[in-house]
Amino acid sequence: MLEIKNLTKVYEGGTQALTDVSFSVEPGEFLAIIGLSGSGKSTLLRCINRLVEPTSGQIIWNGQDITAASQDEMLRIRRKIGMIFQHFNLVSRSKVITNVLAGRLGYVNPAMSLLNRFPKSDHEMAIRQLERVSIADQAYKRADELSGGQQQRVGIARAMMQEPDIILADEPVASLDPVLAHSIMQYLETINREDGVMVLCSLHFLDLVHRYADRAIALNKGRLMFDGSPEEIDDEKFKEIYGKEAERIG
Amino acid sequence: MNKNKPSLKRSFGTALTVVVGIIVFAYGVKVTNVNFETTRSENRLTQLQRVIRALVRPDIIEYETVDTIIEIPFYLPCPEGQEIEVPAADTSQPYLTASEYCGSPGDLIVINGHNFTPHSRGPINFFTASGVKKQLGNFETDGDGNFELEIELPTRQPVEEAQHIQAIARLRVGSPKFTETAKVTWEKIIETVFMALLATAIGTAAAIPISFLAARNLMSENKSPLTTVAFSIVGWPVGIYLGLEIYGLVRDFLSPYTDNALYMVLGILAGTVIIYLLFKAIVKPEETQKMPHAIHTILRLILLFLAVITVIGLMIFLKSILRSAGLALMEHFEFLGFLGNFLFQVGESGYLVIPAVSALSIGGAIGSALGKIGQRISDKSPASVVKIVNLIAMPLATALLFVLVGGALDWFYQINNPVRTLYWPAGIGGAIGFILAVITGPKQPLPTGMAIYFIVRTILNGTRSVEALVMAIVFVIWVGIGPFAGSLALALHTVAALSKLYSEQVESILPGPVEAVQATGANHLQTIVYAIVPQIVSPYISFTMYRWDINVRMSTIIGFVGGGGIGFLLQQNINLLDYRAASVQMLAIAVVVALMDYISSVVRERMV
Repeated sequence: MLEIKNLTKVYEGGTQALTDVSFSVEPGEFLAIIGLSGSGKSTLLRCINRLVEPTSGQIIWNGQDITAASQDEMLRIRRKIGMIFQHFNLVSRSKVITNVLAGRLGYVNPAMSLLNRFPKSDHEMAIRQLERVSIADQAYKRADELSGGQQQRVGIARAMMQEPDIILADEPVASLDPVLAHSIMQYLETINREDGVMVLCSLHFLDLVHRYADRAIALNKGRLMFDGSPEEIDDEKFKEIYGKEAERIG
Repeated sequence: MNKNKPSLKRSFGTALTVVVGIIVFAYGVKVTNVNFETTRSENRLTQLQRVIRALVRPDIIEYETVDTIIEIPFYLPCPEGQEIEVPAADTSQPYLTASEYCGSPGDLIVINGHNFTPHSRGPINFFTASGVKKQLGNFETDGDGNFELEIELPTRQPVEEAQHIQAIARLRVGSPKFTETAKVTWEKIIETVFMALLATAIGTAAAIPISFLAARNLMSENKSPLTTVAFSIVGWPVGIYLGLEIYGLVRDFLSPYTDNALYMVLGILAGTVIIYLLFKAIVKPEETQKMPHAIHTILRLILLFLAVITVIGLMIFLKSILRSAGLALMEHFEFLGFLGNFLFQVGESGYLVIPAVSALSIGGAIGSALGKIGQRISDKSPASVVKIVNLIAMPLATALLFVLVGGALDWFYQINNPVRTLYWPAGIGGAIGFILAVITGPKQPLPTGMAIYFIVRTILNGTRSVEALVMAIVFVIWVGIGPFAGSLALALHTVAALSKLYSEQVESILPGPVEAVQATGANHLQTIVYAIVPQIVSPYISFTMYRWDINVRMSTIIGFVGGGGIGFLLQQNINLLDYRAASVQMLAIAVVVALMDYISSVVRERMV
């Protein structure tokens, strides 16, 4: 179980990104995080694996306080938390397989990994993960030769190499067209259902939230505005989350 | 409409600007000694003409020549009341005729040549009775082997007997060959290119790691609490000292074995095997270990220590075997002498490199190990304990730093007074450390990365601002006049310049992939290798090529201060007023620079 307690983040320069956010996620749950751009969704996700250092509050995962972990402990915690990004964040000049194998860096022998040597089992696993997102034939191409949808699938394969318990997806479909968006979301759904991985996914489109999420939370200016089933988001709630002038699309 | 009409105020402003502009330029003309009068001076123009004519005739090719000397008698002045005997010329051979066979100084006479080799040239000289020569002009024959030249008779002491006008027909025999100047220039330009190559290679190797320390985006993330800072400050100098000591011990221990080939080979083999085994033991993944974390870590440290000692030993053996092999090659195979010398020099560089490597690696190891202990104390202990540890460790660390600075000052200024170079710095440092520990919160993260960033940047900027030419002067004193000094000076300048360029490249990488690799649980080094290196390889290569190009250009002038290369030759010839030779060297530089520019642009295009 992942528990977020009174999480607050103030960036240097005084921007209040998160204010006193508390919620919890059950193992195997698919949680959608919605809210306007700049509402603190990305910050929230990055606090969970401490790519962003929280100002105060606690994040407790299976009884361990992530916010209090030392740097070395954090590396161990991170390898169980996969992350998927809006802009894929692949190393574009490296091969697809190298990008996927990078997901194992937290597990392998550090000295050997610096020489780009991975165990055979990891190579096999990488090919398996690429097969799972149906791009095993692209494994030895350079990452920037792939299309956007393919690159995001590489991103998923990289996250899955970590054998994660949690996947943090930061607007994984925001730079893809609607058809590709559904296919990427379906991969996340499969991972969630079949592997029982907890997914925390920030999304822009409510129809995707309705279709894929078990539960949704909403942020507005860094405050938690809503926590419940996606069906409960009616017009009134919607206006609360997105502001009075907002109109529903999709 | 009225708005566009220039107001009096504005016109006045414009006028004032113009006046100020004129004053500024007038002053500039005065301080730069602009003097257009000199450009018209007859005397200077002739000299300029002479130099330019020499410069456009580089002394590259020469022929062997055969001189044929043809003379006619000449009387200066005309003898009074005496008929001049004109000797009958042998018309089957080249011969000269003159319009007059006597005259007064300053008269113009016409000299005709016949039967010469077509299109040949040579000087026409006047020989006095006492055999003093004065060149009157140069002739060039036409297609039939004839020429006609008007000459002015020289001013000479009047003599009665016949003097001579002489034409020297120079005939080229054999094929053209390179002059001595051309050969020397070739040798030196090769030396220049290789100086640049060596300097670039050494400079690049050093600049790559430094550039990471000088990249703001990498360093700004590194923050450590005071405890960590204090512990690593203590760890580094202690580690460097230990590293030098350990090197000395290992060297003394191995010295009986380093002049026997068999021992050396055995030593290298054994060392390699031991290192391989230790390495395997050290990097065994933690999951497979059954012992508690702390013991495992300590065991690992011990193994690492043994590995470092073995590596030092191995390097010493390698150094000795390279030296011996190089010497043997030089002695027994003359044609492989340069390879032998290379091996010998690589081995010889070990005397400098191995202590440095062992000091820095053990310094780094102990510095970071102590830093980790500090980090652990800071992470795990209550704030009050951390505060007490800080109050003890920080004064120690700063006192140590100040004592080191005091030692350095003592070396520079030879103060030789322990009160001023040891006790005072220790006291002041301790006090500053104590104050720092008091005012800093016990677990407050300090921007250590940015501190290192600023220190490295400052050192780099300082080094870069000293021209390679000036550095060469210092190196000439250290290693003597020659290309080695030039290479070292260029290498040092290259480190400073490339580190800056490289680090700016690191600063401009995309942050996304770095974030993604960090999110997988990768450590610092892994993040650099997997997310940063792929993004910077091609700009690094392109900058390195560009730097080689710059180094070739700089090495052409570094010889001016004795740094070897073609500059030495060029300066010598300019000082000897031998402009035709200097012209060869300038031509060589131009050709090499143009070629380098072309090659580097082609390579950059391919790589990037």
